[in-house]
Amino acid sequence: MGKDGLDDKLVIKGIEFGSRLWVGTGKYRSNEEMAMALEASGADVVTVSVRRVDLKRTAESLLSYIDFKKMKVLPNTAGCYTVEDALRYARLGREAGLSDMVKLEVIGDDKTLFPDVIGLLEATEILAKEGFIVFPYTNDDPIMAKRLINAGASCVMPLGAPIGSGLGIRNPYNLKIILETVNVPVVVDAGVGTASDATLAMELGCDAVLINTGIAGAADAVAMAAAMKHAVIAGRLSYRAGRIPKKLYAAASSPLEGMLL
Amino acid sequence: MRLMVNGDWIQSRAETVSALLEELGVNAPAVAVEVNLAIVKKKDFGTFALKEEDRVEIVNFVGGG
Repeated sequence: MGKDGLDDKLVIKGIEFGSRLWVGTGKYRSNEEMAMALEASGADVVTVSVRRVDLKRTAESLLSYIDFKKMKVLPNTAGCYTVEDALRYARLGREAGLSDMVKLEVIGDDKTLFPDVIGLLEATEILAKEGFIVFPYTNDDPIMAKRLINAGASCVMPLGAPIGSGLGIRNPYNLKIILETVNVPVVVDAGVGTASDATLAMELGCDAVLINTGIAGAADAVAMAAAMKHAVIAGRLSYRAGRIPKKLYAAASSPLEGMLL
Repeated sequence: MRLMVNGDWIQSRAETVSALLEELGVNAPAVAVEVNLAIVKKKDFGTFALKEEDRVEIVNFVGGG
């Protein structure tokens, strides 16, 4: 391990990521707040959505608040409920943006926003064949993770809990099995509500965490962005350091030798 | 001519995608354009000819997770 323990850069398909915290750009109270939160998070990846240009110019463009020299832009297919829609949005995102990366979402229903994994698998296969670097948002199912990789996914993004729920890592054991099952990076996407959730994901050995609502929805989004930055670093270091085994009984930290009789 | 742009019918004098973007005042760096469900590559914006009743979608990036 290097001096600061941050020498193990995450690399996916030859793309080097400067941080293991990835952040979303939705739901901030203002573009200014978002820009400050992105800065505080230290993230070099932001997710964005593809939507119609506002021809009436009622809102300022998000893009002027993102430093493209520092940030990688990862378009998502949020809001897509069918394979056809997901493909369409992915292709538009690639055309609008600068890279082949896509955070692929095929949503199953609007109450849970759980992925429709059958549609997801189909879309992953098609887009991978078209040269996309596909990051599929999936559930915490190790078998599906394997299927997605066989279909051409470059990493898997299992949910910790439903999008925007803040319920944290609901099934750490499944994430552990996914980590043992697949040979591509695992990025926890969705559900992270507070710093300890992010740390837990990283302690399990996940390669990165993507957070949007957990930061944007906090009472002080900028402070939470900083908290998440440290949480992800702490979790990664802890994972690499190797924690002590849990034991039922005490083991004294101080020596018994030399005690007064 | 009559074009449907982002879901609304408009009257336009633009003959190409580039001209339409200019007419609408869209100069965002990261836009993508679809005409009748087919993507028009950025390099073809200046030459792609629009015709009556084309359905045009102009998209860019907004905040998302």
